Amino acid sequence: MFSGKVFGALAGAAVLALSAGGAVAQPKDKIKVGFIYVGPVGDHGWSYQHDQGRQAIEKAFPGKVTTTFVESVPEADSERAIEQLARTGHDLIFTTSFGFMEPTLKVAKKYPNIKFEHATGFKRAPNLATYAAKFHEGRYIIGQIAGKMTKTDTIGYVGAFPIPEVIAGINAFYLGAQSVNPDVKIKIVFANTWYDPAKEGDAAKALLDQGVDVLAQHTDSPAPIQAAEARGKFGFGQASDMERFAPKAQLTAIVDNWSDYYVARTKAVLDGTWKSEDTWGGLDSKMVVMTPYKNMPDDVKKLAEETEAAIRSGKLNPFKCPIIGQDGKEIECKGNGALSDEQVLGMNFYVKGIEDKIPQ
Amino acid sequence: MTTFEAILLTIVTASTPLLIAALGELVTERSGVLNLGVEGMMAMGAACSFAAAVTFDSTVLGVAAGMLAGALMAALFALLVLGFAANQTGSGLALTILGLGLSGLVGAPFVGARRDPVPPVDIPGLSDIPVIGRLFFEQDLFVYASITLTILVALYLVRTRSGLTLRSIGENHTSANALGLPVWRVRFWAILFGGACAGLAGAYLALVYTRFWSPGMTAGRGWIALALVVFAAWRPGWVLVGAYIFGAATVLQLHAQAAQFGVPSQLLSAVPYLATILALLLLSIRHGRAIGAPGSLGVPFVPDR
Repeated sequence: MFSGKVFGALAGAAVLALSAGGAVAQPKDKIKVGFIYVGPVGDHGWSYQHDQGRQAIEKAFPGKVTTTFVESVPEADSERAIEQLARTGHDLIFTTSFGFMEPTLKVAKKYPNIKFEHATGFKRAPNLATYAAKFHEGRYIIGQIAGKMTKTDTIGYVGAFPIPEVIAGINAFYLGAQSVNPDVKIKIVFANTWYDPAKEGDAAKALLDQGVDVLAQHTDSPAPIQAAEARGKFGFGQASDMERFAPKAQLTAIVDNWSDYYVARTKAVLDGTWKSEDTWGGLDSKMVVMTPYKNMPDDVKKLAEETEAAIRSGKLNPFKCPIIGQDGKEIECKGNGALSDEQVLGMNFYVKGIEDKIPQ
Repeated sequence: MTTFEAILLTIVTASTPLLIAALGELVTERSGVLNLGVEGMMAMGAACSFAAAVTFDSTVLGVAAGMLAGALMAALFALLVLGFAANQTGSGLALTILGLGLSGLVGAPFVGARRDPVPPVDIPGLSDIPVIGRLFFEQDLFVYASITLTILVALYLVRTRSGLTLRSIGENHTSANALGLPVWRVRFWAILFGGACAGLAGAYLALVYTRFWSPGMTAGRGWIALALVVFAAWRPGWVLVGAYIFGAATVLQLHAQAAQFGVPSQLLSAVPYLATILALLLLSIRHGRAIGAPGSLGVPFVPDR
């Protein structure tokens, strides 16, 4: 899906550039870069990490680039905010939530000379690029750590919603755990919210009360890992480094690192080389970064580092075939020796060994 | 500690902020004023309590700051609905939006800070009793305060002259005014009490429940508190019951998921809300109307001249 679409988008961009004539990108001396965030900058997670990327741009191009951001933009009302940035002289605009997809596309069509970048979406235009990160690579590593660290052979997962992105994370986590511990069981709780610290904490406590001793989370606040800390159990940071909330419990954190990408894309606009593309970066492009492995024995740390290196070099794919579904049947392998990007992005099944059912 | 005990302990924590906020709103509403700004006052309470607790490294000062912040927000609301006889629904909604925004501003410098847990009150001997020991005698102070508050509010409303005055003003402010009762003054204090309680509930969320602050962390609990008052038919005892049913439903659905009962989590998440609707339905079937609603609730008071 991606390679094909990227090619199509590139071809489209070329055609448009030719037909529009004057619209061919020119190097620029000074640009303005705008950001739209779905949450508050202070969420400790998703939006916070995007803002770190924005600050990296400011640092990388002193005097040449000014940045602005609009935080806590409701997805339903985002068109106004995006258009506001477009009207106020921004050259490059990042919209950083899946729900901003349609509004971004709409505004991008209205302002063909402004570059747009939309995170986690799949709709592109000649002046609208997309980008996302392969967080499941990190989840495979933390799965292996969890499989090694658990004493009860029961690991837990606090999910936000049963959507493909979260399901793929759970599968990658469990496959990782299973690869080092065939007896391991997983308990899954959906909080049905991305962000409600108290409820996320309660979900974590429910898992811990039922024998879970290593906990992963795919919700945005540090509450789950903090609950693990309070009980003397282990957890993993989500989206950003959560060590300060759980110095003894955090084994590692999967950090969304947008800085390199944002700096590179800003530079492309400055140089006049920006193109509409799709980027799905993982550990190799440092879009997904693991924080130092802590609070674990040396052999587990070594294993995690080896796995990280193997995934980075492309030797290991968390979804390498054969992948067996819950019914014991092998999932059709549509990629090259592993599940295809499409299959990962649309994942709606649990792998064999997970005893729970996906809530329908 | 057994799983059963652990579940009960979590339920108490989940129920306490709802109970405190709902009690405050109950007193406000019994005086005839509908304040929909609970969520905003709670958010301000959470932000200010956390800011103060971190700055002065004191939980006590944090709690005081939280209650004060809630009360100040309520005072602003009182100015609008009492001073200018503004529409209560609109003013309350505005208060919520203001509170959520303002709390983000107040709390911004404290994002990422953390507080150590507030130690539970351990009553030696009693807390060693199996099962009920830890449940009843080893909670944090807020829990005991919330139960005490329930009893005090109930006694105040039913047994004191001042409580009677408050209720009669809520039932019919015109008659109360004609009798020479101080409608504005009583309502002002009732609104302030509601604000302080919402602030206290926010302080509990930030200082005990999550122990960090982040924007929007109240996540709709103010609205649940409002629903609880209706659920309880404006009676303090039932607010207690309702808060604990609500807390229990929330926590138990998480446990049901972890235990792989195979019930859809979305449905389980909706259980508390369905329970509220059901309770309302049963109440109105039995009594023909929502019983207990103060007669002047939500009506601006403009005395005849």
